Amino acid sequence: MKNNLKKTALYDEHKKLNARIIEFAGFLMPVQYTGVIEEHLAVRNDAGIFDVSHMGEIWISGTKSMEWLNKIVSNDITRLQPFQAQYNAMLYPNGTVVDDLLVYKYNEQEYMLCVNAANIEKDFSWLEENKIGEVKIENKSSEYSQIAIQGQKAIEILRPLTKTALDEIKYYRFCLGEVVGRKAIISRTGYTGEDGFELYIANEDAVPVWESLLKEGEKHHLKPAGLGARDTLRLEAGMLLYGNDMDNTTTALEAGLNWIIKFEKGDFIGKEALLKQKEKGLKRKLVGFELMEPGIARHSYSVVNNEGKSIGYVSSGIFSPFLKKSIGMAYVPIELAELNTEILIDIRGKVKKAKIVPMPFYSRKRITK
Amino acid sequence: MDYPEDYYYTKDHEWIRVQGNYGIIGITDYAQRQLGDIVYVELPEEGQSFEAGEPIGSIESVKTVAEVYCPVSGEVVEVNEKVAAEPELVNTDAHKAGWLIKIRIKDKSELEDLLDADEYQELIEEEE
Repeated sequence: MKNNLKKTALYDEHKKLNARIIEFAGFLMPVQYTGVIEEHLAVRNDAGIFDVSHMGEIWISGTKSMEWLNKIVSNDITRLQPFQAQYNAMLYPNGTVVDDLLVYKYNEQEYMLCVNAANIEKDFSWLEENKIGEVKIENKSSEYSQIAIQGQKAIEILRPLTKTALDEIKYYRFCLGEVVGRKAIISRTGYTGEDGFELYIANEDAVPVWESLLKEGEKHHLKPAGLGARDTLRLEAGMLLYGNDMDNTTTALEAGLNWIIKFEKGDFIGKEALLKQKEKGLKRKLVGFELMEPGIARHSYSVVNNEGKSIGYVSSGIFSPFLKKSIGMAYVPIELAELNTEILIDIRGKVKKAKIVPMPFYSRKRITK
Repeated sequence: MDYPEDYYYTKDHEWIRVQGNYGIIGITDYAQRQLGDIVYVELPEEGQSFEAGEPIGSIESVKTVAEVYCPVSGEVVEVNEKVAAEPELVNTDAHKAGWLIKIRIKDKSELEDLLDADEYQELIEEEE
């Protein structure tokens, strides 16, 4: 089985840095270098650099791209400007989630979709199955590497390495630029709740870009950060993880994705089912919680009632390195889904109290004009 | 990493340092490295008795939880309060300041079933 695992172009770099390597979505990825907490705090205080080459890149092109894609995703892509990105979701007809993704608009005939690593094949098949007419769908995931540099120092670290005017790339915008002379899609996006950039580059450019960033970042205390810190950072920032917080058993409304569902835009897959659910009322909802007692509530732990019966489940849970408390997300019955409501979570046989709190758990005012 | 010569070790990566009829117990440096950043330590109370191999508590890290097993039978006479307040001590100094409990050993002959420093180092070399 181990022989079927893929390596990113930066694998040897991670070994050089003594990273602990794990299997994730069919890839051998660094879960940590020096420690999850240290890497997490580096991103919050200075900057961190991540190899996210496992993520997928699927291209949509053709004259009817915009019209067709708008029926596949839940958010309204007709509102996108060229070189703008948008958080989005693809839904099944029953309103549950195929994947969450970023849609990057080049122009009305060309889009790039950045999708979750574990869902690349599934998403590609889904798009192909639902293709209408002349739209071209290309899976270019194996052609791209991706490096994320995140944290308030990210822009200072990247600036001397590129001729691209970084200050002109506003939040959720991107441009076709270069880093150390290598072509790069430079996107002001991220999965950490900090300012930063995600760089899409050719595989053969990954190592030089990575090494240049590390070197330039030394004086800014840039740290390489792995999947462990990636998870704790995104959770603090209230960002969902497909497979944990939503999947093909949870509807987009239950997962709290209302803000990226644009009912008024016209038809899209899943719209009918969501409208029906909206009308009938939700039976359960994803909420953020904070444990009131020591422990960590992890994915799949039950939310229980006073009699100990399971009434929901924890979808994601961590010890928050920045807030220094245990936080998480859970599906709870709609009657309990109010702020400050106390819920009970079964943590390996011990029932512990938690409180529903607002998300995001952490936020930083973004430093973009 | 030096594994102290005068400690005994278990296959589950606990150590015990014997002082007369008492034993101080902790987890090894190898164990703390596997666990990653430790955030909670659950320890038993003074007066509780355990058989060899029985779980005495657990250590929770950012990514996982591991049970700690009693190397030899005995009664808890002291618990490391400092570690309860500063769990990261187990990461930074697993063999000394990160000690977990002190027991009165019931039967010292049980120590013969444990590994010495050389045998333990062989064990972890195979695992890595």
